[in-house]
Amino acid sequence: MENNNKVINHKVSPAGGDLEGASKQEFNITVYTENQIGLLTRIAIIFSRRKINIESLNTSPSEIDKIHRFNIVITESEEVVHKLVRQIEKQVEVLKAYYHTNADVIWQELALYKVSTDVIAEKVSVERLLRENGARVVVLRKDYTVFETTGHREETDNLISILQPFGLIEFVRSARVAIIKDSDGFNRKLREFERLEPGEEVIENEYLNQGEKVFTM
Amino acid sequence: MEVAQETLTTPAPTTAVEVSGSVALLEALIVEGVDTIFGYPGGAIMPIYDALFDYNDKLNHILVRHEQGGIHAGQGYARTSGKVGVVFATSGPGATNLVTGLADAQIDSTPVVCITGQVFAHLLGTDAFQETDVINITTPVTKWNYQVTDANEIPEVIAKAFYIAKSGRPGPVLIDITKNAQIQKFNFEGYTKCNHIRSYRPKPIVRTQYVQEAAALINQAKKPFIIWGQGVILGTAEQEFKAFVEKSGIPAAWTVLGAGAIPTEHPLNVGMLGMHGNYGPNVLTNECDVLIAIGMRFDDRVTGRLDKYAKQAKVVHLDIDPAEIDKNVKSTVPVWGDCKETLPMLTKLIEEKKHTEWLNTFNEYTQKEIEAVIHDELNPTTPEMTMGEVIKQLNEITKGEAIIVTDVGQHQMVACRYAKFNKTRSNVTSGGLGTMGFALPAAIGAKFGAQDRTVVAIIGDGGFQMTLQELGTIMQTGIDVKIIILNNRFLGMVRQWQELFNERRYSFVDIQSPDFVAVAAAYRIAGKMIDDRKDLPAALNEMLSTKGSFLLEVMVTKENNVFPMVPQGCSVAEIRLK
Repeated sequence: MENNNKVINHKVSPAGGDLEGASKQEFNITVYTENQIGLLTRIAIIFSRRKINIESLNTSPSEIDKIHRFNIVITESEEVVHKLVRQIEKQVEVLKAYYHTNADVIWQELALYKVSTDVIAEKVSVERLLRENGARVVVLRKDYTVFETTGHREETDNLISILQPFGLIEFVRSARVAIIKDSDGFNRKLREFERLEPGEEVIENEYLNQGEKVFTM
Repeated sequence: MEVAQETLTTPAPTTAVEVSGSVALLEALIVEGVDTIFGYPGGAIMPIYDALFDYNDKLNHILVRHEQGGIHAGQGYARTSGKVGVVFATSGPGATNLVTGLADAQIDSTPVVCITGQVFAHLLGTDAFQETDVINITTPVTKWNYQVTDANEIPEVIAKAFYIAKSGRPGPVLIDITKNAQIQKFNFEGYTKCNHIRSYRPKPIVRTQYVQEAAALINQAKKPFIIWGQGVILGTAEQEFKAFVEKSGIPAAWTVLGAGAIPTEHPLNVGMLGMHGNYGPNVLTNECDVLIAIGMRFDDRVTGRLDKYAKQAKVVHLDIDPAEIDKNVKSTVPVWGDCKETLPMLTKLIEEKKHTEWLNTFNEYTQKEIEAVIHDELNPTTPEMTMGEVIKQLNEITKGEAIIVTDVGQHQMVACRYAKFNKTRSNVTSGGLGTMGFALPAAIGAKFGAQDRTVVAIIGDGGFQMTLQELGTIMQTGIDVKIIILNNRFLGMVRQWQELFNERRYSFVDIQSPDFVAVAAAYRIAGKMIDDRKDLPAALNEMLSTKGSFLLEVMVTKENNVFPMVPQGCSVAEIRLK
């Protein structure tokens, strides 16, 4: 755990374990950031510069207004991930970055399936299959029904193959979101951080399609 | 701009004044202590230039000949002055011409703030005339960048820009300001410098535990070795570093960008690291027991083959940037922090020692290198001159007091190896990026940043032709820059590699040059060409004693190689003397 000790005095907080293993596995990278235009690019290019594929990327406001949270999934060796996370943390508008193995997180993806209502109504077996797979109805219309499941990739994939023969119309899946098992105090620290020093509003371009509002000579 | 300027420049924070974004920008620069701007006007930055017209007495704007020249000058200025270099450019091509300099400043940690004009905010994304997405183009090569679309943002954003550029590990910042924001009037409530950003930690917290562990390792070491980089200079920690070296008695070697942090002639300064560094420092990296790396990042040109680099040694790494720790070389003890703080802590804990025998080992290697390489390079008997003897002669005249600005290639390595530096901030070169064309504009900036010092640019015949348009900047400003072109009629470093590794297949390295002295003359710059050794001392004296700039072209051996050399893919211990 020597490496853990080295980094706790700074922002990086890696998952445990030694860095010697070069074998690749899935890692969940969690990044708390300011909400600033262009930051997504600044983070994304840390991966693309090294020709690393981002398998899943979720970015949305955290529970604290003005602090955003990224969940990024890549498959790499821990040594590489450790260095990547330090590069991410180095960015001016990044508050904190962590990485964790799948074993260290609870994660879910949300999937939506649109299926013809006629087919569902006619075939009792479909209803049973949906129930078995934990699907919930989101929208029920005469012409189509939208189901939702959450789960790991295999689970959401599984329902695709089940529904495929019954006229799947459309499918969409979200990026992964992951909760860190060892995250004591996260919310408290974030609230404290925001309380001591509130974040800044993002400033957008007010003038697009509004040339008449612009100051000209 | 009918704004009452006399009421500004020392803005009264209580009374807001209605000014344009451009005026607010210039006021901000003055409060930041900016005295010199390198720039080039254009359509999208015209309001700023219009405001600048009234600030001529407070801000010295240097009109360069190309934006790349502007940013290299800004870098040179920053490197010699220790201040932030400031560069103006217009949108589109003006901004894209900055990219090489931004990349150079990013990799060499040079504090630069670039202000680029941008098309009107309502035209963003419309492929307007001279519109480029400069924020996204420059994101990978800036420490931070930001687009301003409203004048109200300007004071705070400029304050952040300067703070980010110069704090922690310095770097380039680009602020893109749309034309409407430059024109827009707003209530300017004065300018406050930034000293804190909540998401940004310029330096990590120093952990005394690691300082203690580092001191213990150093105290036990039998063959300790210090390697230092530009971090010592960027942290203005030269005195703290000298005290550490002298108390510890440990031999110390430098990276190219670290040169001059302690004088070349210091008894514990054992020379240069890396591919064309000195023999002892490279070989003995793989024999030391404790390697103390200070403000350096283990670049591949320094380490050679990484899996055979200092494997026997315990590594103590002092760096302000946590991302550098364990990036290339695994540290035994990471001493995170600003070396201006950590070095005195370490000095206090270490025992005063003399590593005489170990230091002698370095001296033995120096002797071997002198016999095999240095003697003949500096005292050649060949009919043609060598690059090394030019540097040697220059040392004798300048006594190591000059600022030496180098370009990239053989002449750069020779100059770094042989130039004497008595003072810090004397070696200006493009280290990490290896930007040919860097030296001439950087020398102009270097002189503006240190006007009481002699600035000598040493440039190859190839690199000079990449940015020679900046002779126009010299002509117009009358700045005093001494230029030595070491002309070997080849792109020498590539030719050397082709000779050594590509069976002398000289593919496109045979470069022809114009009459450089005539080119200088066309810019009304004095010059001379010499090709005979006996003329060298007089020519150098003439160059240095001439008032104003001077271009000295020295014809040198065509096919000389820079040795020693750690061939790519080899370990530092496999350094070749020939």
